[in-house]
Amino acid sequence: MISLNGKGNSVAPVFPPGVNSLVRWSIAGGVVLVLTVVGLASALYWSPLVTDVNVAKEQPVPFSHHRHVSANGIDCRYCHTTVETSSFAGIPPTETCMTCHSVILNDQEMFKPVVDSWESGKPMEWTRLNDMPDFVYFNHSIHIDKGIGCNHCHSNETAKIEDMRLTVKAQTFHMSWCLDCHKDPSQYIRPKDEVFNMDWEPGSVDAKNSYEAFGVANQEELGAKLVKDYNVEVEQLTNCSICHR
Amino acid sequence: MKWMSMKNWVLCGLVLATMTGCHPDLWNQDRYEPLESGASVFGEGESSARMLVEGTVPYQGAKLDDAYYRGRNTNGELLTALPEQMTLSRELLKRGQERYGIYCSPCHGDQGAGDGMIVQRGFVPPTNFSAPRLLESPVGYYFEVMTNGFGRMYSYASRIPVEDRWAIAAYVRVLQLSQNATPDLLTDELLNKAKNPPAPKVEAGHGAGHEADNHENKEEAKGEH
Ligand code: HEC
Ligand code: HEC
Ligand code: HEC
Ligand code: HEC
Ligand code: HEC
Ligand code: HEC
Repeated sequence: MISLNGKGNSVAPVFPPGVNSLVRWSIAGGVVLVLTVVGLASALYWSPLVTDVNVAKEQPVPFSHHRHVSANGIDCRYCHTTVETSSFAGIPPTETCMTCHSVILNDQEMFKPVVDSWESGKPMEWTRLNDMPDFVYFNHSIHIDKGIGCNHCHSNETAKIEDMRLTVKAQTFHMSWCLDCHKDPSQYIRPKDEVFNMDWEPGSVDAKNSYEAFGVANQEELGAKLVKDYNVEVEQLTNCSICHR
Repeated sequence: MKWMSMKNWVLCGLVLATMTGCHPDLWNQDRYEPLESGASVFGEGESSARMLVEGTVPYQGAKLDDAYYRGRNTNGELLTALPEQMTLSRELLKRGQERYGIYCSPCHGDQGAGDGMIVQRGFVPPTNFSAPRLLESPVGYYFEVMTNGFGRMYSYASRIPVEDRWAIAAYVRVLQLSQNATPDLLTDELLNKAKNPPAPKVEAGHGAGHEADNHENKEEAKGEH
């Protein structure tokens, strides 16, 4: 019983006895609820449901980078011709497919959409995988020209672009992901002639060969050197107007 | 104590609700990205990149310079040297080598023997660039084939800019030379190397050392074609 007037007179309690623990539990419950909501929201934010990372989409023909790049050694630029010179990497027109498939596989049923497109002149409709929102500006050529490799943006630990049997998006492309590099490109920058080397990543065997060739010990030293050599203007890379213009 | 009136709560809710509604508008605005479909001006489901109307002339102007754009001189004969717009240099050959690797080696092979990966997978085998007929073909011939295609081989004009086509043509001539070099073309230093070859390195990736030498020779012997 609670004593309110110090004289030992007991007054009927305003709250019934169970309330103290109820209050404690509801505070705890509130915290848990908030955490759950935040957790769920961020799980959703990072989940493939929203980011589409590693999710294969339906395509008119099952085009395989594994078959063309890993197994047959075709360079990215044979098909994505404008990646070095323009903002847009370029999706190959049907004519590019036909330079080889006028002879190879052109009688197969699964290949029919390509032959139909060639004969009718109506372009193939590939499902887009990597797609920046329209309020973000992105440009391939500047990244290629400053030594940022395709695989940094189009591969992850489980899905390598050159080994994809069906193409998937490999990175979230959240703003924070872009900024991780824009704050300090020296973590990832590589010599320009390694941009198309899909095995090059900081610390890999091929990267160690580059460190040796440049007479440096590690990525930190190589990065510092290349950022200077390639005139990367790091200070301005986090300005909002670089990407939102 | 009331820190926010009911009216404010309702207003807040409305603002939040409209914000979720905003998302798609800004994410997908009324402009077209390359190849985006649904450009209704042109008809539903059509690509934003339009097919060229037949007979379209590029806006840089008509390509009247036959030597540069078609590899033939004013008499209609194939050029035997690079056109005046191009200068032969180590950089040009390096560029040619790189572009050859991207666009030609899948079929013609690194050495021009016509045994590239795509041929091994069933494509028609092209003639070895070291065949006597091709050794005698002038540089303009290689430019012309890339520009117009040849038999089973499609044209590469839409994918390889004119300067790069000349760079490749120059490189192919050097490649042929490297496969058929006679001693009098080599510098003394290279001749010495050829007479006293260094002991072959034993490596897992066999032939790597040899290939590197070969590339060196190609560059040393440049300018002789
Ligand atoms: C033989 C032609 C070919 C080659 C070579 C090739 N690609 Fe592709 N690539 C395609 C086609 C066709 C598509 C569209 C279909 C698809 O998404 O699978 C595509 C799609 C892509 C996409 C996804 C595009 C999107 O929808 O967002 C990326 C990224 C990509 N390629 C990167 C590369 C890289 C990197 C290389 C070199 C390692 C390469 N490609 C080599 C033909 C090719
Ligand atoms: C440089 C030559 C080349 C080009 C260009 C090319 N392919 Fe292929 N493609 C091949 C070869 C070689 C194979 C394998 C054939 C085999 O193994 O029998 C192949 C296989 C395929 C297959 C079967 C895939 C599989 O997993 O077996 C498809 C589908 C295909 N290509 C679609 C395309 C499309 C679409 C394009 C145009 C964007 C294209 N290819 C461009 C050479 C090429
Ligand atoms: C810095 C990160 C980054 C690098 C490096 C990069 N890409 Fe991309 N790539 C992207 C982004 C982001 C998109 C989506 C662009 C958009 O929606 O406008 C994209 C889209 C593409 C597409 C679809 C067509 C297009 O342009 O939208 C292809 C094909 C592609 N990339 C190929 C390549 C190749 C080949 C390389 C290497 C030479 C490469 N990318 C290097 C980030 C990168
Ligand atoms: C691995 C490093 C890296 C990543 C990841 C990266 N960038 Fe960059 N970005 C660079 C470098 C380096 C430059 C060149 C800066 C310079 O030249 O001063 C650059 C330049 C740019 C530019 C300037 C282009 C111009 O014309 O001035 C834009 C826009 C840009 N990046 C957008 C993006 C976006 C959007 C993303 C995420 C999808 C992204 N970048 C991811 C390294 C990166
Ligand atoms: C390196 C490029 C880059 C820079 C610099 C950059 N942004 Fe972004 N921003 C992005 C990308 C990419 C997205 C799209 C994120 C996504 O797809 O989820 C984005 C999205 C946003 C959004 C929409 C909300 C969201 O996260 O999706 C806002 C708001 C925004 N940026 C504000 C800013 C402001 C303010 C700055 C400057 C302090 C800035 N950005 C600098 C690349 C950049
Ligand atoms: C998809 C495979 C393929 C690619 C890639 C290719 N070619 Fe060919 N090329 C051929 C074939 C096959 C022939 C023989 C065509 C015939 O006889 O019908 C040929 C013929 C030629 C010829 C004529 C040879 C003669 O017998 O007179 C030249 C020159 C040539 N190619 C140069 C090139 C150059 C330079 C490139 C790179 C820009 C290239 N080719 C890329 C397949 C290819």
